[in-house]
Amino acid sequence: MRIEFFYWEECPSHDEALTRLRAVLREEGLNAAVDVIRVDTEEEAATQQFLGSPTIRIDGMDIQPPGENQIGLSCRVYLTDDGRVTPLPTEEMIRRAVRAAQPS
Amino acid sequence: MPLAIESRLIPFALPGTDGATHRTEDFGRTRVFGVIFHCNHCPYAQAWEDRLITTQRDYADRDVRFVLINANDAAKYPTDDFEHMRSRAKEKGYPFPYLHDESQETARAYGATRTPEVFLFDRAGVLRYHGAPDDNYEDPTAVQHHYLRDAIDAMLVGRTPATAQTKPVGCTIKWR
Repeated sequence: MRIEFFYWEECPSHDEALTRLRAVLREEGLNAAVDVIRVDTEEEAATQQFLGSPTIRIDGMDIQPPGENQIGLSCRVYLTDDGRVTPLPTEEMIRRAVRAAQPS
Repeated sequence: MPLAIESRLIPFALPGTDGATHRTEDFGRTRVFGVIFHCNHCPYAQAWEDRLITTQRDYADRDVRFVLINANDAAKYPTDDFEHMRSRAKEKGYPFPYLHDESQETARAYGATRTPEVFLFDRAGVLRYHGAPDDNYEDPTAVQHHYLRDAIDAMLVGRTPATAQTKPVGCTIKWR
């Protein structure tokens, strides 16, 4: 399983998001490495198709559809199951994506 | 550097999404006056937005008034332009003026760096609280410290807020 974690330093929540991602991987019994990629410029954002910080991809698939997020240097909007906006993916969002990426 | 606690209110005159120009003197002797830097695109601002709306509504009859100011460079973040601000204010039914600081002079004068970032002034125009609305941007039901509400409650009974300063948490203001 290939796990990528993209972040932009100006958004304050990326450390917490990375901690949350690693915790979910542990709970799921996965020993996968996380490729942590810092995005610093609009050019890098375009190259990486970066939809805002933090962005997590598992085997190239974003853990949440883009929604209103656009490619560029910004903080990412996540929507919780009950429709709230949050700057951080929830553990449940990450867990669902991790499970979906595992062979059945 | 942000405006220091006990600094005086810095005057501004900015256009609002309601079509009026709002000046600090319009808020005259308001018991509690909140100048809150805010924007459309930022998830932190969006996450706290409903709480700011509720807080304004809850305290409106006690002479507490907020203004929200968006200073972001709309050339870089198009959803922060004036048209989008107007749409946002209407869609959410903002109970406060939403002002456009296109020149960014007001944000610079206040030393604001994040959205949202709260500056709360007393009736005499003295800064009594600066920082985040509360301690949990993610989940309103998990808030432990209601900084903004606690500061307002203290000011309404003539006390100095127990917590006068917290770290603003949010997106950086997008400078030109």
